[in-house]
Formats: sequence, C-alpha cells, structure tokens
Amino acid sequence: MAGTVALRAMTAPQRRGRALAGSSPWTKGLLVALTLGFLGLVLLVPLAAIFTEALRKGVGACMEAIADPAALAAVKLTLLVAAIAVPANLVFGLAASWAVAKFNFVGKSVLTTLIDLPFAVSPVISGLIYVLVFGLQGWLGPWLQAHDLRVIFAVPGIVLATVFVTFPFVARELIPLMQEQGQEEEQAALSLGASGWRTFWHVTLPNVRWALLYGVILCNARAMGEFGAVSVVSGHIRGRTNTVPLHVEILYNEYNFVAAFSVASLLVLLALVTLVAKSLVEWQARRSASLAAPLAGRVLSA
Amino acid sequence: MSIQFKQRSILPGFGLTLGYTLLFLSLIVLIPLSALFFKTASLGWGDFWGLVTDERAVASYRLTFGASLVAAATNALFGFIIAWTLVRYDFPGKRVVDALVDLPFALPTAVSGIALTAVYAKNGWIGHYLEPLGIQAAFSPLGVTIALTFIGLPFVVRTLQPALADLDAESEEAAASLGASGFQTLRRVILPTVFPALLTGFALAFARAVGEYGSVVFISGNMPMKTEITSLLIITKLEQFDYPGATAIAVVMLAASFAILLAINLLQWLVARRKGA
Repeated sequence: MAGTVALRAMTAPQRRGRALAGSSPWTKGLLVALTLGFLGLVLLVPLAAIFTEALRKGVGACMEAIADPAALAAVKLTLLVAAIAVPANLVFGLAASWAVAKFNFVGKSVLTTLIDLPFAVSPVISGLIYVLVFGLQGWLGPWLQAHDLRVIFAVPGIVLATVFVTFPFVARELIPLMQEQGQEEEQAALSLGASGWRTFWHVTLPNVRWALLYGVILCNARAMGEFGAVSVVSGHIRGRTNTVPLHVEILYNEYNFVAAFSVASLLVLLALVTLVAKSLVEWQARRSASLAAPLAGRVLSA
Repeated sequence: MSIQFKQRSILPGFGLTLGYTLLFLSLIVLIPLSALFFKTASLGWGDFWGLVTDERAVASYRLTFGASLVAAATNALFGFIIAWTLVRYDFPGKRVVDALVDLPFALPTAVSGIALTAVYAKNGWIGHYLEPLGIQAAFSPLGVTIALTFIGLPFVVRTLQPALADLDAESEEAAASLGASGFQTLRRVILPTVFPALLTGFALAFARAVGEYGSVVFISGNMPMKTEITSLLIITKLEQFDYPGATAIAVVMLAASFAILLAINLLQWLVARRKGA
C-alpha cells in the first residue's frame, strides 16, 4: 500500500472514541438527518400526496370513486388474477424447490438460472411475448380465432402475464433454504416408514413455512400491482379487462384526478399491509432461523 | 463407465417434481420468450438493423440509459449513506425507517408514477418550488430520472446492509489506532471492502431502471425524441400494430438487461472466490 498512515500520539480515550469510523456524535447526527431527509423527500412526500389528492374533494368523493361499478369490477378482476397466479406459482415453487434442493442432477444450476429469468425481463417485454404467441398475428392467433377463443385483450392473457412476472418469487425463497436444510430429516421420516407425501406435509413443509409465506406475500403484492406487462395484454376494456392499476391509469388520463388517487390509495394500503406482513415474517423467521440467505439475496424480488 | 444424470437418493418424487418444473417453465417462460427471437429472426439483418437504429429508437435509448445511469449513481451515493446509518446508528423509529426502504418494491409502479407526477408538477408540493428556479421537473428528462431514482433506491440499500454489517471492526480499530482519520478509514479500509456490494447494488438499480415502465410514463410526458423511454416506444409501436418494430427494439432491450445481469453474476462470483481464497 502506498499511503502508510503515520502513527500519532493519542491518549487512550481519544483512541477509543475514534475507534470506529463515523462514531462521533456530529457525524452520526449529520448522517441520520441526511437519511431521514432523503427518505422523507423521496418516499414519504409522494405517499402523502396520494392521500391528499384522494381527499381533495372530501371523503364522500373518494368513497364514490371506489364504489363506482368500473372500480369494483377492476378490484374483482385483480383479486381473481391474484387468486390464480399466486397458487400457480406456489405449486410451481414447491415442485421446483423439491427437485432442485433435494436431489443432485446434471444441469441443476442452469435450471435455477432459468427459473430466475423472468426477473431479468422488463414488464413491457413480458407482455409482448404473449402477444407474439396468442395475438392475432401470433403463433396461435389464427387457431384461436377459428375457435372463437380470446387470450390477448382478455382475462387469460392478463393471468398469463401476471404468472410470468411473479414466476420466481416462491421458488427463489424456498430453493436456498431447502438446500441449506439438507435431507436428513426427510430420510429419517422415510426410514421410519412414512410415505413420501406424509414426509413432505409433516417434515418439509413445516420447516419452510416462513420462507413460503414470505414468497407468497411478495408474489401477491406484485400480482396485484403489476402494470406494464398487464397493460400490454389487457386492451383496457373498462369493466371487463381492467385491473386496479390499469383503472387508475384510465382515470388519470381522463383528468379525473380525485378518482384516480382514490383508487390508487387502495393500492397504497395494499403496499403498506405488504410491508408490515413482510417485516413480521422476517422477524418470526429470524427467531426460528428459517429464512435462507441474508436479505441481499432477495433484492431482485420486486 | 457410465455417466449418471442424477445421483441416487432414497427421497421420492424426483421425476414428478422435475417433470412439472420443466413443463411449467417451458409453457410460461421459455416458449413465449423464444417467440421474441423467432419473430426477430424472420426479419432479416438489414431490416432489423434499420428498425433498431431508427432515429426515434436511438433517442429513446439515450434517454433510458442516460437517466438510468444518473439514477443508479444517485442511489449509490444516498443508498450508501442510508445503509450506513441503518447499520451503524441507533435512533428512534429505526425499524420503521428500515421497513420503509422497501416501499418502492411494494408500491405498484403506476401508483408511484402518478404520485411523483403530482409532487413534481408545476403546481405540486416540490414542483412549485422548482418552477421559479427555472427547473421543470415533471414532463422532462429530469422527471424520468426522479422516477428511476425512486424505484431503484432499495437495491443499493439492501445489497449494502449485509456487507456493512459484516465489516470487521478490528481493521477499523487498527486504522484508527495508527492515526487514520475517520475519512481516511472510510476511503482506505471500508470502501475497498464493500465496493463489490456497492457495485452490485448500482448494477441492480441500473438494470431495473432500464426496463422500468409504470412509474415513468406519467411523469415523463412521453414526447417522441425528447422524453420517450424505450419501454414506451415498444408499447406505441404495438398499438400501431408495428409488430416487427416492437419486437426488434424489445430484443435490443432484452440483450442489454441480460448483459447487465451477466455482469452482476460475474461480479458476485468474483467476490465469492475472493472470500473463499
């Protein structure tokens, strides 16, 4: 190293006080203030703006916008889409993690990479690929039209795009944890005469329950909030193929700001509930040490 | 001598779970994604090159990558400060602040988009302070950068937190006892150690920003050649039923995100190797 630091005479208390970088009260105060200031400006101000805009014309106007038939239809569709996409990815996540974590086979790391692939694809492209398969000019387009079936600009397309963007959530929580836990407990259960299913339900599943719940929470938040991918395949038919985020967009583009922000505040509540649930699960999991890898492993998950 | 596909195990269900995994993966991910490449392959090189180097497309790349770069750099700086504060100091409400960092992940992008537009528009809470200074935030490249900063913030903080928590206090104490100032310790001891994590966070934020759509379309104003991001250009072309154009530009974007993620994986592999050595 080029810059050797010269040893200076220092009294013991001085040295202790300066032992860790940034431990002086001035530095601490400055950095805490910067953190709170930046987060307040970047995160809290927009959050507060949503509620303020929603209530600009009073609680009545806000409620009216939420109770509007088109808004309720959007809420119903969003719940339906999540009710299909989340269980689909839950079953997939369990199957994939069992195969990848409990067995050794050729091509395992390739498979793990492929499972993560949808996180690398931008939302708009995630919608576009389904248009290329099911759209009128797509691979299956002529066949679908001949049989009077619609996927694109209809509910099936919205479901497919949502399953795609939430594809890795459950699997990527389970795989590292199940790999860490190994297979001794399962082997013990099997050698004591338990069937494969029984072993899975009574040994494996309880061991991964917090990670599973964590994956489901993140998967659900994204499924209900997805915008870009769904926007490409939905066709924006009011009352029929509009999810809540798409309904917000339509209202906003019609300059109906109070209604747009009122419906948006539903999604803000969803986000806040997600954050609380996520923190609770993290806390529970840390207590029972059953969440794999530090949080950094999950930064891609949204 | 025989090469085995799978190691022997007494656990059941390998065939069923692997079969289902491969089937679902192919139907949902691999086959639809391959459609993008087959569609592009049918274009021919000349047509493809013409579409992806079109004036309007190039302007959109410049905005998308430029704004993403500035946003990721902003996040690297403030993300470092936030991660440092959350790891090193105790202050009231710290757990709430820590949980709040994930807000951009949890908030649907369309909601972030309209909220940021409301705040930074001419009559918005922050926008009306910027207006007299001659700064137009919403409906300008600056607005795009603001939205991309918002959605990228958690990446840097969440990658840096474990790296900062793992820092070995002894080397800092050693530096201090040799007379290094806090700033010198930061520059010569702390930064080199957490640099790979910082770079990973930066790259993740950049990758996310490049593909972002929902939070940007409201605040950008969407003027072709000026404030049109590439994701929006793809949607515009789709709405005009210009499938070849949309597909060709999508392939360019996909290649770019794969390249960024490959770089991130390479980086993490290097870090793991250095730790192992």
